[in-house]
Amino acid sequence: MKDASPAKIYALHIGVIALLFALNFVLPDYHQGLFARIMALAVFAMGYNLLFGYVGLLSLGHAMFFSAGLYGAGLAVYQLGWGVPEAFVAGVACGALLALVIGLLALRTSGVAFMIVTMMFAQVFYLLILYFAAWTGGDQGLVIQQPSRIIAIGGASLDLTNPTVRYMSALALFSVVLLITLVLVRSRFGRVLVAIRENEERTKMLGYDTVANKLVAVVASGAICAASGAAYALLFGYIGSSFASVQYSILPLLWVLLGGAATILGPLIGTLFMYYVTDITSGFTSAYLLIVGVALILLVLFFPKGVLGSVRQRWLGWLP
Amino acid sequence: MADKNGFFDLSKSTLSRRTALKGIVAGAGLALAPGFVRYSQAQSSAPIKIGFQSHRTGIGAAYGRWYEKTSAAAVKAINDAGGISGRKVELVIEDDGTDPARGAEVVGKFATQHKTDIVFGTLFSHVVIGSAPAAGENKIPYFVVSEGHHVASTKLNRYVFQPGITDVKSQIQSMAPWIAANAGKKVTQIFPDFAFGYDHRDYLPPALKAQGADVIAQIAIPPTESSFTKYFPQIPAETEVIYHVMVGPAVLTFVKELGEFYGSQRPQLFGFIDSLEAVDINSPGLEFLDGSHFWEGSPRYAQPDDSAAQKAYRAAVGIDDNGAAVGDPKDVSTAAHMFGCWETLYVVKKAMEDAGYKGPEDRAKLVEATEALKEFAEGPEHPQGPKTFNGKIHQCFGIQNISKVEGGKLKVVHKTKIEDGLYEPEGDYTTQAL
Repeated sequence: MKDASPAKIYALHIGVIALLFALNFVLPDYHQGLFARIMALAVFAMGYNLLFGYVGLLSLGHAMFFSAGLYGAGLAVYQLGWGVPEAFVAGVACGALLALVIGLLALRTSGVAFMIVTMMFAQVFYLLILYFAAWTGGDQGLVIQQPSRIIAIGGASLDLTNPTVRYMSALALFSVVLLITLVLVRSRFGRVLVAIRENEERTKMLGYDTVANKLVAVVASGAICAASGAAYALLFGYIGSSFASVQYSILPLLWVLLGGAATILGPLIGTLFMYYVTDITSGFTSAYLLIVGVALILLVLFFPKGVLGSVRQRWLGWLP
Repeated sequence: MADKNGFFDLSKSTLSRRTALKGIVAGAGLALAPGFVRYSQAQSSAPIKIGFQSHRTGIGAAYGRWYEKTSAAAVKAINDAGGISGRKVELVIEDDGTDPARGAEVVGKFATQHKTDIVFGTLFSHVVIGSAPAAGENKIPYFVVSEGHHVASTKLNRYVFQPGITDVKSQIQSMAPWIAANAGKKVTQIFPDFAFGYDHRDYLPPALKAQGADVIAQIAIPPTESSFTKYFPQIPAETEVIYHVMVGPAVLTFVKELGEFYGSQRPQLFGFIDSLEAVDINSPGLEFLDGSHFWEGSPRYAQPDDSAAQKAYRAAVGIDDNGAAVGDPKDVSTAAHMFGCWETLYVVKKAMEDAGYKGPEDRAKLVEATEALKEFAEGPEHPQGPKTFNGKIHQCFGIQNISKVEGGKLKVVHKTKIEDGLYEPEGDYTTQAL
């Protein structure tokens, strides 16, 4: 990575946030709603990217962290009658705690074994949701009604079912996570993570506790993914087991690969791209997944480091 | 910035979205791009646009294809007869991938991009439940053909209706008197260990109890299972009836292994045709089902006493006497469910005409007009049979068919009454604000 002034880097990322803010006033209704979903799910991809892109740990089980947040927040509202802010915190806490436990167990492995172990834990989590269907709603899922999705602030209230409020809430979460990950990967801790990715043995030899650093990364990644899941439940009002299926472990991997692993803005670009390719092509053919597949193959062939990864390699070496 | 309701509503700020749109050049550029075109308000002579949320891909694809065929046939019949209030009807189809997340996006797309008048046609329960919040938030009436109990449970919202097909709770309750009187009083249930199975697990025992029969064992089979022999020893020896509702590709293995387990000496078998929708009843391995009974919403095979309306419906949709596509005997239909699409579209027509529906601004009137409906007479618009409609729980009630497998065909041996499937309402949607 070439040196660049922090001002330039922060200006770029704050500019992206400002652009997204402005888009709220410009986008037609449907795309405003779609962008809210994309931003909420881009957070999921950013959480995944922290572990996959920066530490080099390929997990196939991140659906469990996303759905830990989804169910942690959703069930807190549905079953316990909690308010939205407390439920959101509960969702993030569930994801962080789960990530700590899974991290302690799964980090005893690496490489392909790490992929398989995380996938197995995610499958267990998925089946537990089905097993406890009396509480979770199982495969049918549960609806969080509109009155439960209103945040009371003093005399006023924020209705998360209002499209503008929803867009701004998703943007707020996206912005906070974007800036946190930016600071994180530019910090000393972030450089240790990259060092682990590049050569774990050498990092260990230099005196770093690589297991502890990886564990912190797993917990941070799990918490961010859970924040995305919690936001998804509260913003869109549905929780269901399909979000814990293996498909939702693979999706963030695809989004990150597309946008560019180990780039801060790559997850947003990847999520945006996949959403719009699916949305547009499904209007023309029921074989849209084939088109998505071909698009992925072409991207891998011509942009092997993802969109932003390739841009960084060829033109903007300073991109974080 | 709280409005009079105390809601913090950014959309009513001084920098309104429309004002900003006018002022921002980039926005204008985007607005002119394909797919971003704002649609003009429908004219009174413009077609009524019905957003069809179709399972074109994913696990529901077999149903989705037949739901589309049936809906297209119904729309053609409605248009040939003058449309709705003199306006033509147009189906706008979007694939939801049988996925609840995509389903919600599709409902949003119908409401805000296609600007359809209503959304219609969803079958799979998890997609209905996942999409319902989007329908409520966009205040767009959402007519599903799902047979799930979720609409009638009143856990969704005021914009969701199921007027064209009965719900599973009602269906199970209707089956109990016949099972107890004709098949046996000691029943063992075998069901998939997920929601579809849980409906049967929860609703059958009390329904049978009321008829003096008992469920003596309940065997839940994990959805990942591909072999079933190890579960059969759990079936109590005194079982008189095995009530099975397995679904999915493994159902052929299930029946084959059950046949191998029992040989020629088996208890009575009763199942729901959901197990074998779009599957040829004469498929290898299904011989064991000969002589057993099934629930059917609408009969797959043409019956000797079919009404003229039933015959006309089958001809319009394009299914032969065996319930397969005309000209392709291997393309077996989802006859037991897809009639619901036909009937729902006629309910929509009736409600729109009652409401004097002009366009999306009349959606609330359409909801109220639908809630005011009471009954649908058997005839060309409701070929499956007569129905009543409970506007408080947005659910219809109708007759059910019990069919026997005989000589490789399903023959209707009993039709239930509407009253057999009635139950106490669990809530009231009409108390919710529009």
